[in-house]
Amino acid sequence: MDWVNAIVQGTLLGGLYALFAAGLSLIFGVMRLVNIAHGDLIIFSAYLGLTVVMATGLHPLLALIIAVPAMAAIGYALQRGILNHTLGDDLLPPLLVTFGLSVILQNGLLEVYTADPQKMDAGVLETASFSIGDLQLGVLPVLTFGVAVAVIASLQWVFYRTAMGRAFRAVSDNQEIAQLMGLNRRHIFGLAMALALAVTAVAGILLGIRTSFDPSVGGGRLIFGFEAVIIGGLGNLWGTLAGGVILGVAQTIGAKIDPGWQILAGHIAFLIVLAIRPQGLFPRISG
Amino acid sequence: MRVTRTSQAAKVAAIFGALLLIVLIVAPWWAGRADMRLMGEIFLYLALASLWNLMAGYAGLVSVGQQAYVGFGGYMLFALTIFVGFSPVVAIAGAGVLGALISVPVALLIFRLRGAYFAIGTWVIAEVFRLSFAQMSALGGGSGSSLPVKIVRSMADGRAAREALSYWLALGVVVCVILAVYLFLRSRQGLALTAIRDNELAASSLGIDIWRTKFVVYVVASALTAMVGALIFLQKLRISPDAAFSVNDWTAFVIFIVVIGGIGTIEGPIIGTLLFFALRETLADLGTVYLMVLGVVAILVMLRAPKGVWGLIRARFGLELFPLSFHVKQTLDKKGT
Repeated sequence: MDWVNAIVQGTLLGGLYALFAAGLSLIFGVMRLVNIAHGDLIIFSAYLGLTVVMATGLHPLLALIIAVPAMAAIGYALQRGILNHTLGDDLLPPLLVTFGLSVILQNGLLEVYTADPQKMDAGVLETASFSIGDLQLGVLPVLTFGVAVAVIASLQWVFYRTAMGRAFRAVSDNQEIAQLMGLNRRHIFGLAMALALAVTAVAGILLGIRTSFDPSVGGGRLIFGFEAVIIGGLGNLWGTLAGGVILGVAQTIGAKIDPGWQILAGHIAFLIVLAIRPQGLFPRISG
Repeated sequence: MRVTRTSQAAKVAAIFGALLLIVLIVAPWWAGRADMRLMGEIFLYLALASLWNLMAGYAGLVSVGQQAYVGFGGYMLFALTIFVGFSPVVAIAGAGVLGALISVPVALLIFRLRGAYFAIGTWVIAEVFRLSFAQMSALGGGSGSSLPVKIVRSMADGRAAREALSYWLALGVVVCVILAVYLFLRSRQGLALTAIRDNELAASSLGIDIWRTKFVVYVVASALTAMVGALIFLQKLRISPDAAFSVNDWTAFVIFIVVIGGIGTIEGPIIGTLLFFALRETLADLGTVYLMVLGVVAILVMLRAPKGVWGLIRARFGLELFPLSFHVKQTLDKKGT
């Protein structure tokens, strides 16, 4: 029963990792950009949520109403202002610019909020639980998983059912021809980054309710998101959810064997997938 | 007409470099202790930057996980001196050998990732190393351990002699690294590497084994990085997983150095290291603001002058201190014309 419990809890944790990964997966799918600052942007959103909660006294989940549009606006500005200038055949500029951005964000947060761990107080939501049979499920983890499924379903819908999604797929397939068809790729890339950071805002706030965070933990979140993307297969959003779940389950099983092994077990699961199926479990596009 | 690699500037630079090297070798007789420490640190950062530049600037292997080998080398220094009883100098060489050995399976795994995903993959490896060493209680686990006094004393008699030895080791390592990079790039392998950098498809159609060339670069760079790591922690005398595998100290700073100085040139990391330390000595009191300034500078350089400071100098004056490229020179010989 303990093991079943570990697997269920790991699956729910995987929902959070899928949220970390969804933004990464989206921008890679649209513009082949890997954002090294993604983890720091997640933590930035958590701090943004915290600031809104402290200033207005709103419940952290309601802070999403402000954090999501704010992050989307930041994403659009970031893409148009900086990242669009780095795109091209050369791999180095986007990588190094987002790396620089990561250092700026991390130290900026450190300067403003200090290194003290922070946490958002969500009241009863944090401890509320219900039971199914012998399993005790926390309301928050179940809610997080539900949000992850909903976010991925809506991204999937946007991608394949809307005009914006069609534009995303067009610039992803061939930027020049998409331009000829009247799409402005700079604007499309801006929209994609806005959407990615809107998802990041959700991820950041759910993270901030679940655990404490400080400015230095962004790198770790980037790695979890990245592992979920690679395990699931590039370009497949549902695969990313599966990747997040596999990572979460590996971590909770690892923690069950020895608490010191939690994170390491996740990395090992990732390396095993890389060794036996480098294209990921459900790939859509080649890297 | 003849094709040549040397130039007047390169000859002058070689003579100047040799003189500078002599001045640096005798530093223990003219420099103070604090200056020697600082110079030792500069040498080690220059070595790390040159190695990262070889990987990222020439082989297209952009890694944000070289701290894996810095930390591994440091831990191997501790393990080999404490458990095997090697002297520290032998242990540094041992760290290099072990670094090469461990980098082989790592390369086999992460070479499956392309481009930016390769970069994050290297970071995962570094995290795996950090978490694994944190589990090893014999080496102090998560809180780390110090190098026993007995081993430190065995290096040389007296503090001054020890400090001079550790300075010479750092100088020796950086000279070896830069020479190795230079000779490698002048060799047949280096030519293959430059071809890959310029156009992978064209290079492979000429029969260059891209995978093998990159693999060799990765293993050599990792081995040398492990040796530098061993030296870094021989100077620090204390190691812990967080310090050994710090992404900020051993990768972020190194990337700044290479980007600001000029990626894909041997001169770039040298200029970058000098600029980095000049900035650090003047701005370090600002703490986090200093790091933000570094980030902004790196982004601006990448957007406005992606070849870095040395790239600007080279474009303006056509200088090349380490003669790598070929030029056509007109000779006065009448028969040739």
